[in-house]
Amino acid sequence: MFITVFKEHEVEKMFTLKSGRLPSADVKNIIFFVRPRLELMDIIAENVFSEDKLHSSRDFHILFVPRRSMLCEQRLKEQGVLGSFINIDEYILDLIPYDGDLLSMEYESAFRECYLENDQTSLYHTAKGLMTLQALYGTIPQIYGKGECARHVANMMLRMKREFAGSQNQILPVFDTLLLLDRNVDLLTPLATQLTYEGLIDEIYGINNGYVKLPPEKFAQKKQGEASKDLPTEAKKLQLNSAEELYAEIRDKNFNAVGAALSKKAKIISAAFEERHNAKTVGEIKQFVSQLPHMQAARSSLANHTSIAELIKDITTSEAFFDNLTVEQEFMTGVDTDKVNTYIEDSIAQKDPLIKILRLVCMQSVCNNGLKQKVFDYYKREILQTYGYEHMLTLNNLEKAGLLKPQTSSRNNYPTIRKTLKLWMEDANEQNPNDISYVYSGYAPLSIRLTQVLARPGWRSIEEVLKMLPGPHFEERQQLPSGLHKKRQQGENRTTLVFFLGGVSYAEIAALRFLSQMEDSGMEYIIATTKLINGTTWIKSLMDRPESQTP
Amino acid sequence: MMKSKADEEDYWNSSKFKAFTFDDEDDEFSRLKESKQAVNSIRRLVEEDDDEDDVEKVSWSGEPVGSKTSLFKTNPDDLSVRLYAPELRKPKSEYKDYVSDWSPEETIQRMQQGKAFSLEKFRSLQDKLLLLDFAVSAHDGNVITAVLIYLKRTLGKEVLFRELESRQTALRHLIQYLTETRDQRLLLELLRSLCRTGPCTTGREHLSITDENKRRDFLKSCLSLPFSPEDSAHVQDHFTLLERQIIIEATDRQAERGGKVEIFQKFPRRASILNMPLVTTLYYCCFYHYTEPEGTYSSSLNIRQTFKISEKQYFVTALAARAKLKAWSDVDALFTSRNWLGFTRKKSPLSFQRVVDILQKNSAPTQVLQDYVALVDDAELRISLAQKHKCHDIVINTYRDLKDRQLLLGYRGKVERGSAEERKIDELLNNPRRRWK
Repeated sequence: MFITVFKEHEVEKMFTLKSGRLPSADVKNIIFFVRPRLELMDIIAENVFSEDKLHSSRDFHILFVPRRSMLCEQRLKEQGVLGSFINIDEYILDLIPYDGDLLSMEYESAFRECYLENDQTSLYHTAKGLMTLQALYGTIPQIYGKGECARHVANMMLRMKREFAGSQNQILPVFDTLLLLDRNVDLLTPLATQLTYEGLIDEIYGINNGYVKLPPEKFAQKKQGEASKDLPTEAKKLQLNSAEELYAEIRDKNFNAVGAALSKKAKIISAAFEERHNAKTVGEIKQFVSQLPHMQAARSSLANHTSIAELIKDITTSEAFFDNLTVEQEFMTGVDTDKVNTYIEDSIAQKDPLIKILRLVCMQSVCNNGLKQKVFDYYKREILQTYGYEHMLTLNNLEKAGLLKPQTSSRNNYPTIRKTLKLWMEDANEQNPNDISYVYSGYAPLSIRLTQVLARPGWRSIEEVLKMLPGPHFEERQQLPSGLHKKRQQGENRTTLVFFLGGVSYAEIAALRFLSQMEDSGMEYIIATTKLINGTTWIKSLMDRPESQTP
Repeated sequence: MMKSKADEEDYWNSSKFKAFTFDDEDDEFSRLKESKQAVNSIRRLVEEDDDEDDVEKVSWSGEPVGSKTSLFKTNPDDLSVRLYAPELRKPKSEYKDYVSDWSPEETIQRMQQGKAFSLEKFRSLQDKLLLLDFAVSAHDGNVITAVLIYLKRTLGKEVLFRELESRQTALRHLIQYLTETRDQRLLLELLRSLCRTGPCTTGREHLSITDENKRRDFLKSCLSLPFSPEDSAHVQDHFTLLERQIIIEATDRQAERGGKVEIFQKFPRRASILNMPLVTTLYYCCFYHYTEPEGTYSSSLNIRQTFKISEKQYFVTALAARAKLKAWSDVDALFTSRNWLGFTRKKSPLSFQRVVDILQKNSAPTQVLQDYVALVDDAELRISLAQKHKCHDIVINTYRDLKDRQLLLGYRGKVERGSAEERKIDELLNNPRRRWK
């Protein structure tokens, strides 16, 4: 979309920021369009310096997205290039649409800033983003929330609305409800290994900006009779979104149901190609040929996802994966959360990746509402001795965030929450799910359960449980101009925007999509968040000096 | 994307259109009209904008909209609608040289809104502290940092450090700033002054110090801080470890260069031991300094005692290190323990299965593996391990003890033809006095 806009404004070329020399182009102005990250400033400085020698009087400008940063400008000053910029400004881009039902701010440090550093800048941006959304899609009449940050965002929204008193937004509201949820209301879900197709791709390979980079060997094009000696060395980059028909079908399925879906698709595509034998008349042949591009795209899509599924299967069928998952499920069902876990002990002794260890010990702590002092001290010591004392920072951060802490005197409410909200469903059906617990093969994400209950029968029925979860819960109403109240047709769905403050995982998104397409739900969900996360990226954001950690 | 057809025609056919550059001075507004229409533009709401009637307002879908029902109001402070394009023209009050008489609170507000501001006029300490406190209460990290940069430049160090003691949020921001800009000198001074006068924030900052000697010294000075007892112990250990590593590194590097110490020639060191974790250091000492008496700094036993390493941890590490060196007798010695009657039994804090695993990873020969597979209690596990590692004798003996003729016969095909094992099986099978299941 931007490219059209840029072209209209006579933008000659667009390049990705790289260190060294700027690529050549016959232009007078160079605009750097960047996020306010210090490392990028060094690269820009390099680019600027490399210019002076070759071209005369080129003009430089910077646009920070979404905000300027004092630190970054200071860095440019130290590098001696600040004066080279004619314009320094910001481009406010709050919510980015990732798909038809998904918006993200891609604000990586939101959770850390809010829960570790007491810095509410991200909440301010969230409120701003929501005001923009309302300007486009109408005032949202009902706001529900759970958590401290949710309360802050709602307050900011109401205040911002008051500041515009006197004007009414005449847009017919698209959203009936906004639900603001703090990430720390449900610390457990992101720690668990996701088991949906898209979730696993993210866990294993990492999805960034809707793209995934995969090992190229499986995707090499083997021509007939040719030896595959020239294997590509660069990673295979694939775009993943709902525009790809097959992907839209399988992305939210439990991985164990993907194989069957792929076989079924393979049969359909084969049958379609076989139709060529039935095309006898010129008209029929013409019709077949016209559909060829679509069929070829479908076949190529099938080939890609079959390869990806094979890659994932290698991992999910491994002993390490199985052992890890077993321990996760033990914790989730409350088994032995008060003792040192032997699998974790052994994994530390074998110096398994630190993040894996951290995810497991945090999960144990969350499911036990804090570890017994002896267990806590033991894990801490083992980790520091094996991975280094510098990780004390990280462990302190995790403690502060509530993820890995010693037990206080309060009792463990997790079993009660688990029973009341039916978080563990013993016979989760992976192939034909009837409940959101299929996304973790038995565990229903707490955050999504809360969302589900809000729609029906409502949060009053779980008052007690809500009190056990951190932060206030509340409801606010916003006045709509008269005449804009929606008259609901029979069978028409209500739309809820669920905003996760601090991050959301693909498995949770899958669960919400599942709720949307359930027969009798009467509700459609749009998902927004500060960042798309998984357990690994989430914990990493809480580590200090991630570049020096073992991955 | 969202242009209407008519707009497109205008865009292409108009001769008034020129490339938009940031350089243009005043009056660019009218020249930009066409490009704005083409982009289905959204007006930037500027404070003294008189031209709003000239620009055709369009709604999100591309339909022109009358001013009454416009999406966008004319409220100049409506920043939520400053959405899609950077400012095209700034009002006078936003140019840098336009300075007005704003209070500290107003200045902070202007900074938050991205408007021009000046901190220079705040000279008194009281004003500067007001600036800082307003910045902190605005919850805007960017603004806090900007104010701190100004204070760092215009306040004496002692004054600044003293004032920050009671302002934890601002203190954190300053530490982060100094870390990011790698201002080691000032950071050290700040941390030292904090340590002298009271608690730092959990002693995390010492890792910002890159030179190991300075870091060690800093850690030492942190020892007297009120940490929790466990954290205190960790900081102490960290200090002691680093101190130790500096000594070992210096000695070993010399020994390696000297060329006379055999083990360094056979197994050259791949990296310095500085800043390595404790367990890694222990491994290193078990590898290079295993035979040293307990009194030396680099003795593995000394490390174990100083840091109170558990028996299990020491065992695993020593086992891995000696196995790597293929020092099988050392491995054996780890397990041997004499009981009071003088008999020796093999004792292990690890399961023997784990032991076999570690040995096998270090390419232990079958005879060695065999000894330890034999010590696995569980018969089924023992057999599967024995089969995996081709410890034939164990399999044969186990089947013999189980009196299972079938299995023994079946295993005959798995051993080498004409080997001693084959002969042994035959002997067992052909022995008429043997009773089988």
